[in-house]
Amino acid sequence: MNRISIDPITRLEGHGKIDIFLNEDGEVANAYLQVPELRGFERFCVGRQAEDMPNITDRICGVCPEAHHMASTKALDALFHVDPPPAAKKLRELFYSIFFATDHTTHFYALAGPDFVLGPDSPAMERNILGVIKKVGMDVAGKVLKMRHDGHHLIKMIGGRPVHPNWGLPGGVSRGITEEQRLEIEKLGREAVDFARFSLQLFNDIVLANKGYVDLITGGIYTHQTYNMGTVDQNNHVNFYDGMIRVVGPDGKEHAKYHPKDYADYVAERVEPWSYLKFPYLKKVGWKGFVDGVDSGVYKATPLSRLNAADGMATPLAQEEYERMYATLGGKPVHHTLATHWARLVELLYATEHWVELATDPEITSPNFRVLPTEKPDEGVGEVEAPRGTLTHHYWSDERGILTKVNLIVGTTNNNAAINMSVKKAAQGLIHKGTVVKEGLLNTIEMAFRAYDPCMACATHTLPGQMPLEVTLRTPDGEVIDSFQQHLD
Amino acid sequence: MTGKPKLALYWAASCGGCEIAVLGIDERILKVAEAFDIVFWPCVLDGKVRSIEKMADKEIELCLFNGAIRTSEQEYMARLLRQKSKVLVAFGSCAHEGCIPGLGNVATREEIFQISYHDTPSTVNPEGTRPQAETEVAEGTLYLPHFYDTVKTLGQTVEVDYYLPGCPPEPERIWDALTAILTGALPPPGAVIGAQTTVCDECPRTREEKKIKEFKRTWEIIPDPEVCLLEQGIICCGIATRDGCGALCPTVGSPCIGCYGPNEGVQDFGARMMTALASVIDSDDPQEIESIISRGIPDPIGSFYRFSLAHGQLRRCALPLEADTLDATKAA
Amino acid sequence: MSDTFEPKIVAFLCNWCSYRAADLAGTSRIKYEPNVRIIRVMCSGRVDPTFVLKAFSLGADGVMIAGCHPGECHYLEQNYKAMRRYYMLRHTLRSMGMEDDRLRLQWASAAEGVQLAAAINEMIEQVRALGPLNWSANWHENGRRLEALGRLAQEHAEAMEVPA
Repeated sequence: MNRISIDPITRLEGHGKIDIFLNEDGEVANAYLQVPELRGFERFCVGRQAEDMPNITDRICGVCPEAHHMASTKALDALFHVDPPPAAKKLRELFYSIFFATDHTTHFYALAGPDFVLGPDSPAMERNILGVIKKVGMDVAGKVLKMRHDGHHLIKMIGGRPVHPNWGLPGGVSRGITEEQRLEIEKLGREAVDFARFSLQLFNDIVLANKGYVDLITGGIYTHQTYNMGTVDQNNHVNFYDGMIRVVGPDGKEHAKYHPKDYADYVAERVEPWSYLKFPYLKKVGWKGFVDGVDSGVYKATPLSRLNAADGMATPLAQEEYERMYATLGGKPVHHTLATHWARLVELLYATEHWVELATDPEITSPNFRVLPTEKPDEGVGEVEAPRGTLTHHYWSDERGILTKVNLIVGTTNNNAAINMSVKKAAQGLIHKGTVVKEGLLNTIEMAFRAYDPCMACATHTLPGQMPLEVTLRTPDGEVIDSFQQHLD
Repeated sequence: MTGKPKLALYWAASCGGCEIAVLGIDERILKVAEAFDIVFWPCVLDGKVRSIEKMADKEIELCLFNGAIRTSEQEYMARLLRQKSKVLVAFGSCAHEGCIPGLGNVATREEIFQISYHDTPSTVNPEGTRPQAETEVAEGTLYLPHFYDTVKTLGQTVEVDYYLPGCPPEPERIWDALTAILTGALPPPGAVIGAQTTVCDECPRTREEKKIKEFKRTWEIIPDPEVCLLEQGIICCGIATRDGCGALCPTVGSPCIGCYGPNEGVQDFGARMMTALASVIDSDDPQEIESIISRGIPDPIGSFYRFSLAHGQLRRCALPLEADTLDATKAA
Repeated sequence: MSDTFEPKIVAFLCNWCSYRAADLAGTSRIKYEPNVRIIRVMCSGRVDPTFVLKAFSLGADGVMIAGCHPGECHYLEQNYKAMRRYYMLRHTLRSMGMEDDRLRLQWASAAEGVQLAAAINEMIEQVRALGPLNWSANWHENGRRLEALGRLAQEHAEAMEVPA
């Protein structure tokens, strides 16, 4: 069978490669997205001090270390059976909202932006942030840079470092904020809300006003009818920091709602021999293969999933946008993978509004940001929504607080099966007998995984590059039937 | 082809934080893009390995390589980029000293696979499937790289021209290093581009005298925000760690965890921590000393070699005795 | 030539007490096994844990640190530092999978040639019973590494080769 290898995939967490196999009719028989790396956190965290875990798990991902830091800190609260004071929780949630807004900005403008602002088939040389700037103007770039700069500046101010904070403790956080800091956080938060609204307007003007893009978004090759998972508060509104995990079926009906500590009753992980990354699925539905539908345990945990799994947003402007999105796309739930980009911007708006809400909370500068644990540690689960999906840390320790066992289900991992299915479906939809394989086509296949914002997002800028690329189709005898290359000079 | 010098950035066993840190230089990244032709940066650009393989030796002017080496693919890329690059910089703690992935050196491939693919409570794997170097699927063969028992640093794999420490290096230090490289104001090859002093130098806390009767875990006390953390019994690695960050962690009330690696002239980070803490223990009685140590430092590997295990003199924990008979035909 | 394992022990002896004890053993014709490589330092407090770790990484099967008895240090208190470092090292090496008997702290005054020789002999036998340490073998990969590296270049060429 003929094979097209894309190695490495770029703009993806860690490393990945796609192998597309074509049958004799020139149709795509199958496509596999392999993850060729593993580091072994679940093993080498055994024997470590529990309090080191927020710092160690920071290094699972350098784009969303704050997510791991927070899930880990919450796991420590549970491990030590200590309840942080209300001010501590608000501080954590404020920090988390700032991070969420920053991370979503990064993904939308650097990864998704070029595909939509310039078009998936646009010349590769232009399809990056500089092409975006040329098209929409330097003003936009300046706003994006400012948003990212402000976000990391505040993350550093509150959590210690702009990448890999060192702040969370069982029972609270290591330091609070002063009134002076609070004023700056509030000011930048209000500017961030404006930026989020601006981003949604941009999406409206450039994407939704363009019929071609709307067709792409709502078209069949990027659609999968799967379960969706997200975290909701007591009003069933999206919450990134804390709540119950809610899973809805392809028809939108609630399948399960559970406390994060019960995750192992609902989620199981499967192993395939061709990837180092495992494949979670819903236990009660069961694994039926890489297929859609109510009988398949495959689920997604993405911004779109969170909006599908919730009944609304907890802040007013985001709620308006939530309603507008569903009205435009024909009601809930939405299964169009590319609509995830829209959902991401709705979440961006919520994150910035919530940032301002918390920054103006009277308790936020309270000196009461920490209590000491009094009980012996034994076992605990901490969960948050990482930008890429539900993130769960589960620790067991001895009475000295030395870990004896660790289980982690990381955001992007939730989506591993769905990502594979999306890549395969896109490839099957785009490559047929006689198709001339061009770079733009491959990029359009890549858009299928990019919508999931796989954890390793690049940050502010994609840079101009010549994107050297080559694709070769060979028969089993090695004879070349077609090839395409660019910028190899 | 633009004729500009070529720049490559690559990541091995790392987390992506170094990529974010590079972009933390904000608008100055555009200056970098102006000065260089960026030919390879899988995080950000769509370059493929094949194009690097076809370059002439030393065609790439500068390669910033972050990440530790723990699979055959990563070692292959390290060797490839060394061959094709004039200047190879071990960028960040993973490439410099192993960093957090280096903690994998407490275990073996077998142990990691056993836990990851069999033993975690949410894994359901009755057939005992494991990732394989080669998998036959209906359509053809799929390949995965070989996963090593021991994490190596970049310097243990290929010859490195410069080291830039930090997990990740702070954006200002990155800009300093890029400027130094561009203007040629560099230390001798093989050196670390960084400060020559410890974190304590920039730490705002006051120091009197350290006499410790008991080490405290961070969740056992609420420390005084103005006083040196080590003086209060909390193990702060600032005493052994190279400066560069500006003591950011102690500023927010957390002890330094050592992510910038050993100070200039220190060969083994853990040894420096051991000797420094030994100096401040306030006891001459063997039993009391032993008790202070075992109670207060229940995880010496984590406390002393959190970032530098792969780089330390001993590099890893002893392999389990059965290691000599590890079956070479086992899975990847 | 016997195939009994002959341990390599590196011993750091302080100039004022333990080194003189070793000298005394020599001039008194008191025999001790030849497995010890002696390195003279001015004080047991000079011994940085790095020296110990380096010795093990380079092939030592055991390391001894010998100094003046507590209270008798020529530099007053530095042997207490050596003692604290020894406990730190032992604690750490234990967690890394090394047997306690491979690191020994020994006090010996200048007059104690007999006692030092006996301690050295005892340590040699303990380490002999433990077997070779060969620490650097811990980080040698098995042969599959080279095979995997070679295969990668071929895999890339097959999957992504561009025709002439």
